[in-house]
Amino acid sequence: MKLNVNGVEHALESGALTPLLHVLREELGVTSPKAGCQSGGCGACTVLVDGEPRRSCLTPLGAVDGAEVTTIEGIGDAHDLHPVQEAFHTLHAAQCGFCTPGMIVATVALLKRLPQPGRREIERALSGHICRCTGYVKIVEAVEAAAGGSR
Amino acid sequence: MASEVLLPTSPAEAASAFGDGSGVTVVAGGTIALPDITHGRMHPARVLMLARSGLDRIERSGGAVTIGAATPVAALVDGDEPLASAAAHVGDDEIRGQATVGGNLCASAGETPRGDLQAPLIALGARVRSAGAGGERVESLEDFLAADSSRLVLDVTYDDTPRSAGYAAAWRPHAHHYTILAVAAVREGGETRVAVTGGGPTGRRCPSVEAALAGGASTRDAAATVLDDVDPADDALASAWYRRRVLPGLVQKALDSLAG
Repeated sequence: MKLNVNGVEHALESGALTPLLHVLREELGVTSPKAGCQSGGCGACTVLVDGEPRRSCLTPLGAVDGAEVTTIEGIGDAHDLHPVQEAFHTLHAAQCGFCTPGMIVATVALLKRLPQPGRREIERALSGHICRCTGYVKIVEAVEAAAGGSR
Repeated sequence: MASEVLLPTSPAEAASAFGDGSGVTVVAGGTIALPDITHGRMHPARVLMLARSGLDRIERSGGAVTIGAATPVAALVDGDEPLASAAAHVGDDEIRGQATVGGNLCASAGETPRGDLQAPLIALGARVRSAGAGGERVESLEDFLAADSSRLVLDVTYDDTPRSAGYAAAWRPHAHHYTILAVAAVREGGETRVAVTGGGPTGRRCPSVEAALAGGASTRDAAATVLDDVDPADDALASAWYRRRVLPGLVQKALDSLAG
């Protein structure tokens, strides 16, 4: 089976039932998707599959054979931050950072679909993403700022 | 031991690969099966994955709406009521993008009732087409759920007809909580059908409420009879007492939102 991860094609050895999360972390060494609950309940493992946010822990490799997967490594890096990363950084929307990759890829997908989301749309898009540090206020503000910045 | 994985590329191939279903675990969206496999609660010998089965289509033709088993719940959110409201009440955007209609109809109760689409589809008078032992079969969703049989859902169909719909649900403390209670009501022509999520292990129809309405009872009096139609259980989300206490009010709310 094959995946294009952050623009690079990979032929894979993992089995069809292996969760995409484990393929990324263990076979490919892409460690930004976090193994939180591994039950679909925390959003820490969210990645983009063909542009759509998906829980990688719930996605068997066989279901996404040939897909394009984008993790936060493919969105921006420390020397060239994506506007969403920049907003999260500037507004202190991350503390321990465990949930942040999932939050940011979900936000990137939201802003692509809805460039000027209201607070309700932001809350809805991130409602499945658990953060135990920030209390969410800074995260929502960062998403609003990122949307404003892309005006 | 590694599982054998089957990836059919058409509905016919999926039905053939399923056979009589013995020893086959079906994975559609994966939202229920994958955690069980990951955490070692399930060790399937043969897995039938529906990702490429072509069972993910919604068709509106010949006076009927047919929803393929592998259609994601998200595809229902802007569709017909009361199915749309119930779909919007499942998980969060990402879960809805993966979880499927067929998985929702086949979801065993687990620790709490979790087939949110069952009640609205019962209220819509839906029929299920399934494959398995004895070949293909079409039956009402109520019969399908009551049979508790291990069959492969192919699609679910309801009439494309003018209707008025009502939906009411208990507040969900978090996007990942399963629904504690929900009520779906549909009025088509002179007939009103009512069904409940959380009144038992599966969605169930409410014949007492329907009979009371047909007999001219007020929505309040008809709603009170729902307690004869349900058998809720205690679970981590709510006690049976709480469900029985709250349900009549939700039924009345759903009935009051029906037009005409």
